[in-house]
Amino acid sequence: MRELAASTISDHVAEMCEQANIYLGEDVFSALKDALETEESPTGKEVLKQLIENVEIARDEQIPICQDTGFAVFFVEWGQEVHLTGGSLEEAINAGVKRGYEEGYLRKSIVSDPLYERKNTGDNTPAVIYTDIVPGDKVKISFAPKGGGSENMSAVKMLKPSDGEAGFIDFVVNHVKAAGPNPCPPIVVGVGIGGTFDKVAVQAKKALFRKVGESNPNSKFADLEKRIKDKINDLGVGPQGFGGRNFALAVHIEDYPSHIASMAAAVNINCHACRHLEKII
Amino acid sequence: METKKIKAPLTDEDVMALKAGDNVLISGVIYTARDAAHKKLVELMDKGEELPIDLTGQFIFYVGPTPEKPGQAIGSAGPTTSGRMDAYTPQMLEKGMKACIGKGLRSQVVKDALVKHKGLYLAAVGGAGALLSKKIKKSEVVAYPELGPEAIRRLEVEDFPATVVNDAYGNDLYAEGAKEYAR
Repeated sequence: MRELAASTISDHVAEMCEQANIYLGEDVFSALKDALETEESPTGKEVLKQLIENVEIARDEQIPICQDTGFAVFFVEWGQEVHLTGGSLEEAINAGVKRGYEEGYLRKSIVSDPLYERKNTGDNTPAVIYTDIVPGDKVKISFAPKGGGSENMSAVKMLKPSDGEAGFIDFVVNHVKAAGPNPCPPIVVGVGIGGTFDKVAVQAKKALFRKVGESNPNSKFADLEKRIKDKINDLGVGPQGFGGRNFALAVHIEDYPSHIASMAAAVNINCHACRHLEKII
Repeated sequence: METKKIKAPLTDEDVMALKAGDNVLISGVIYTARDAAHKKLVELMDKGEELPIDLTGQFIFYVGPTPEKPGQAIGSAGPTTSGRMDAYTPQMLEKGMKACIGKGLRSQVVKDALVKHKGLYLAAVGGAGALLSKKIKKSEVVAYPELGPEAIRRLEVEDFPATVVNDAYGNDLYAEGAKEYAR
């Protein structure tokens, strides 16, 4: 059994929090540059130029890409041959978040009580953590700082199996259309289909962790991703909603088996600052 | 692409000279406020009490910046979603605010209030917080420091880029821009 100290997890997490907020991944950066090539609207082009310059300033001067440094969301794949020592996984991750957000001069955006006091916890904890136990002796930590503006533009709908492909496409496209300029387009659209009410939402979130440019391994869903993306871009909403041809950089669908009575669907939107990092320990 | 240079604060004439779709560069003094600060300001208005800042002619920028590092005027500072301020915006305009900067859709009530009070709604590029921070030369918390990132700050800006979305004539760039590029 491999032993792993909780403090090691905290160290990695702290570093990931700082890195993800300052350096935009090459996948998303390339997608922004591709969008600039294809954009037809002059204002849309200007927006994309500002976004590209923003990524460069953030990188060169170590300033967070966006002031909303997010809710810290983690997917952890924990190898069952690994024994954690010196604390719980949840404590280890939260300790890392606290340190990373403090030392990285990142914004603390979490309030302890959602309805009444709404008092800032002061250190951006707690994180949102999903854990899967997997074979092996490695630990894979995937992290995304998730901004509130785009997160607010999310939805789950329990579609009927008879709604079919057309009903599913309508749900996604109409939802994204209603969100319009709010989630800071050009956006990445995370979509879940199948599973239960809760599972489909997690699938939509997981879809946002996928590298922009990668497709669903099932060719039918990969094709559907492309068609939905084209439909979304044909809305003309464009970069920042000022009008243009690039409303979405990508549509990612994560599917899961479904109950015979159901066809759950979920949309979780990410802004163009689709920050995500993974690390294998 | 033409860009108009404008000075903050604004007069009615300045407002009427701008139209939805205009790209502007703002220089001068502007103030920040987002959800929690708006709530406090409007509570004071409802009680008839004095506000911690004079809103006459002012720009309000909806932003909650990251903490500044030593030597920086301000941290990352892009706009937040404006719709959350819709409930408060008509009262802010009544009190003299001339323009607000954020991102995203506004309610019809806000659009009507902009026409009635001669005001503007502008969008800065959401998520361009690092770039926008470079246009902010000075930043000082002037009210509600206990709100942390939501405190009201006085900012000195130079050539701060924004686009007029809703003007005082009732035009709406979000509605018109999408029509032009839809297929």
